[in-house]
Amino acid sequence: MGKILEVENVHSYYGHIHALKGISLYVEEGEIVSLIGSNGAGKSTTLRTISGLLHPRHGTIKLDGRDITHLEPHLVVAAGVGHVPEGRGIFPKLTVRENLEMGAFTINDPAKNAERMEQVFALFPRLKERIDQYGGTLSGGEQQMLAIGRGLMQHPRILMLDEPSMGLAPVLVELIFDIIQKLNKEGVTILLVEQNAQMALSIAHRGYVLQTGNIVLTDTADKLRQNEMVQKTYLGIE
Amino acid sequence: MKQLTSNPFYKFVLFPIGQILAFILGAGITLSVLVILLAYIFRGSVTNLDLVERTLVILPKVLIDGITIGFVYATIALGYTMVYGVLEFINFSHSEIFMVGGVVGVELLRYLEAQGALASMNQYVVIALAILLGMFIAGSLAVTVERVAYKPLRNAPRLVPLISAIGMSFFLQDAVRLILGLTTGEFNVILPKFGTFDEFQTFNVPGVAAPVQLQNKTILLIGVTIVMLVGLNYLVNGTKIGKAIRAVAQDRPTASLMGINVNFIISITFLIGGALGGAAGVLFALKVTRLDPFVGFFPGLKAFTAAVLGGIGNLTGALLGGLVLGLLESFGASYLGVFTQGAFGAEYKDIFAFAILIAILIFRPSGLLGQTVGQKA
Repeated sequence: MGKILEVENVHSYYGHIHALKGISLYVEEGEIVSLIGSNGAGKSTTLRTISGLLHPRHGTIKLDGRDITHLEPHLVVAAGVGHVPEGRGIFPKLTVRENLEMGAFTINDPAKNAERMEQVFALFPRLKERIDQYGGTLSGGEQQMLAIGRGLMQHPRILMLDEPSMGLAPVLVELIFDIIQKLNKEGVTILLVEQNAQMALSIAHRGYVLQTGNIVLTDTADKLRQNEMVQKTYLGIE
Repeated sequence: MKQLTSNPFYKFVLFPIGQILAFILGAGITLSVLVILLAYIFRGSVTNLDLVERTLVILPKVLIDGITIGFVYATIALGYTMVYGVLEFINFSHSEIFMVGGVVGVELLRYLEAQGALASMNQYVVIALAILLGMFIAGSLAVTVERVAYKPLRNAPRLVPLISAIGMSFFLQDAVRLILGLTTGEFNVILPKFGTFDEFQTFNVPGVAAPVQLQNKTILLIGVTIVMLVGLNYLVNGTKIGKAIRAVAQDRPTASLMGINVNFIISITFLIGGALGGAAGVLFALKVTRLDPFVGFFPGLKAFTAAVLGGIGNLTGALLGGLVLGLLESFGASYLGVFTQGAFGAEYKDIFAFAILIAILIFRPSGLLGQTVGQKA
């Protein structure tokens, strides 16, 4: 149960805007860790910084003890970080099959890729029915399934999910969260960013609360749900 | 049907060739019907010759000329549209990449001639060598230009790399002029005569009175471009690199999250576009037989028009746009003179091309096959 991902005192900027003001967090193997916070708190920025889309000015990011702070995104992916971006990032003019193939871009073994695609289809049978359809023609729920499936294709050491519930009907949100939990039981380590704190904390082991670029609170998910501030601000309990 | 569409031979050979034929037939028949109709309408106003007969006599040649130049435009237009697809930027130095390809091809032939080898070598080997060398040099040059002049400006406002491209265009023109001037003392390069490319093949087409004449080099040009277009279609739709190019074009940050090295894919795109432009340059040189460092300007601008006409960023659109523009220009150049009895001649052909560009930009900015162009979110 070692630490897979360690983020230490990371500062990130968008131009002159100081978006992350010293974020430190870690994820252990087999965990679901969730980052909660309101709009603009820096949740997505944290993920973007980890995957190299945004380079931090200070701080270090380590994957399995290896420093990945300044790697380009495609190398961070190759090192084992899967990132399902906010808004899903489906390639609208690639078919479902091609989208999944892109998810396995770093792996040059067709047999292995075919096997993994079957695993994804076992998890999301709907995608198999849509295999030759363009990604852009899928419904929101199907796109989220495709995005998660695509993230799994390279068997990442850690899968980062950015707002998987965004824009989905409640029944689909539940389905997606069931699948996240199922994946975790099969051994996938997950870092989950969510505005839906209720859902996120119900499946997570631990959580971090972000406010304006700072981590203000961290604890086990159960304790966070009991926390008065969390209840008031994020769970809507007075 | 399902089986047919998933058959690789259908998907990567028959389908693209069918598409090219459909575009040629569609545009060719439409324009032919139009000029024949016009000839009937105006036949009364012209008394010294039968306008309809005259129209029909030159029709095959007009069609062939249009298709030939259309393939050249299409091949160049693919370079513009591929780069636009991945970077949303018009690479205005592409016309000079085309020119360099042509000059390199001709220089190779002149070198072979000077060595006395040109006459003894198989003409198809010679032309294949010229095309391959033109493609290689033009492709490498396009990659270098991107590294030097565009990559450092990738996060700059959109106008900045555009100006850099125009500057690069001037630079390449003058660099070629300088190199040619220093090495040969003149900057016109003339294709040496070799082989049987200037000879004509005559075909008797049933239903057409006069036999149709096709120059060997026209057949070669059309054949080579079709092979390249089929190859490009396979590369883009059938290979992992091609899918990565499409992924980068659709969503660059997400593509990098797939583990795709975006800079590498951008280089590959310039390499492919440049190589196509270089091959087009050599084939164009074979057709016009005389090049200078400024020869890329008009074909480049026409090809850009073709890319916009078809829908910039859309590969099939570039092909359609090139063929339609080539045919339109050829019809305009030939029939304007016939209908006005020589008052307006072939020199007006450029007006057709640029009138189309203006009309497209006003009435359908997304092009014939393009979707509504919106700012990416």
